[in-house]
Amino acid sequence: MRWVSVWLRNFLVWRKLFLASVLTNLADPLIMLLGLGYGLGALLPSIAGMSYLQFFAAGTLCSATMMTASFESMFSGFSRMHGQKTWDAILYAPLVVDDIVAGEVVWAASKAWLSGATILAVVAVFGLAASPVVILALPFAFLLGLAFAAVGLIMTVLAKNWDFFSFYMTLVMTPMTMISGVFFPAEQLPPPVLAVAQALPLYHGVELVRPLVAGRWPTQIGLHVAVLAAYAIVGYAMAIYFARRRFSA
Amino acid sequence: MSVLRARALRKRYADLEVVSGLDLDVQPGECFGLLGPNGAGKTTTLRLCLGLTHPDGGEIELLGEPVPARAREARRRVGVVPQFDNLDPDFTVAENLEVFGRYFSLPRESVQARLPQLLDYAGLAGREKARITTLSGGMKRRLTLARALINDPQLLVLDEPTTGLDPQARHLIWERLRRLTHEGKTLLLTTHFMEEAERLCHRLAIMDRGRLIAIGSPRDLIAEHIEPHVVEVHGNGVERWMEASRSHASRMERVGDTVFAYAADATPALATLERQSELSYLHRPASLEDVFLKLTGRDLRD
Repeated sequence: MRWVSVWLRNFLVWRKLFLASVLTNLADPLIMLLGLGYGLGALLPSIAGMSYLQFFAAGTLCSATMMTASFESMFSGFSRMHGQKTWDAILYAPLVVDDIVAGEVVWAASKAWLSGATILAVVAVFGLAASPVVILALPFAFLLGLAFAAVGLIMTVLAKNWDFFSFYMTLVMTPMTMISGVFFPAEQLPPPVLAVAQALPLYHGVELVRPLVAGRWPTQIGLHVAVLAAYAIVGYAMAIYFARRRFSA
Repeated sequence: MSVLRARALRKRYADLEVVSGLDLDVQPGECFGLLGPNGAGKTTTLRLCLGLTHPDGGEIELLGEPVPARAREARRRVGVVPQFDNLDPDFTVAENLEVFGRYFSLPRESVQARLPQLLDYAGLAGREKARITTLSGGMKRRLTLARALINDPQLLVLDEPTTGLDPQARHLIWERLRRLTHEGKTLLLTTHFMEEAERLCHRLAIMDRGRLIAIGSPRDLIAEHIEPHVVEVHGNGVERWMEASRSHASRMERVGDTVFAYAADATPALATLERQSELSYLHRPASLEDVFLKLTGRDLRD
């Protein structure tokens, strides 16, 4: 549990800038949600028994969770590791790089969870949730956050400079968001593209969260949870492997 | 028992062996200096001894623990002052110490109890709420030193503790470090300031190209490697003087337009110089710098 002190360090910094951090984290997804949801939604028929706003809100919850986990683990993480050399200082204490990776992954997932939870609160306030069962989306949001935090941290410990992240953002995250059912049902994609989406974590997050927003129990929960857990666990192991190589080679 | 013991230590980066077969013993209560030109392998040696980098060969024992296998346990009782300050810019002065105490799993109350003493030691009493960016270089260094003491370590490891500081700040750091040795703490530091090594270190090792090439107290090193008197001569006709006075010095060295004459007795050489009005000269006792330059050469290391 040594990683807790790393988590706590990040939490204490976040607490200082609490308001600014939450606002900047949420402004983007909320503007998208309300703009696209109301604007575009007015033109669209209901999808699988949900209004477009409702449909898109579930997708936004997942994409916002993904974005927060990724930004925190990559940009903020890289700043702590490379810019401020905070990791170097932590390593003088009786901690090893594995503890830092664990603390960073759980921290980024925690912050991502908060983004997801806040969107969920907005969904509830706007009356977009069909039933209180939507609350079950919270643990899934945390798992989704862990998956993206772990993958993001692999990028961080491999990165030589800031530009490195734009490859991952542009070539992986943006297309993934397009094909994972955030904006439209992934099932309408050509089968090969759908297969790609199904191999990536965001799709499974959406598959878990959207039925809950509609008041239904998700299908194939075991599969979706397993894929997200696999990304989290394998990603975490790889991040540790590359972090050790970077720090103690 | 040694505080730190290293045997046949090796570390290679790509094609370059940075540490090649190094033996090191640091005794309890001493201030031990690693002296060497840039690129000699000083920082890598420290990192190896702390278990931050894994060696390609050799054995390390730090405070009785094998490193890197049990480096984490050893580091509980070690403090580290890095070459480049890495204080946490997101926190205030006091928070930096508190957060660091947490990395050592120290109880909150004991860190709080030590804070006033550490702030006082760092000369930062009354500035606990200051942001790191508002501190001067000397203040940052002293805070980094205080941070390294948060766990009341037995051994303090310092990598070039005064590089980049002005003379006032440097003297203050020296005073603080001497205070620590008086308290019985063991210090291991790297430096390329001879003055620092001579003032602080009980023993020092001169390191070059990944090896220790000489080891001893500053005085012993000078006595062992260098004649006690040095005469530096420059001016018109210095070459002629050098040829004519060879018998007056046991060793002469020419660097640019200056001749260094090393002798057990400088009187004969000085007598010849008094008659040469166009030559300027300086007679001084041999210093650690002479030893260092003799052993590591005068070539630039970049």
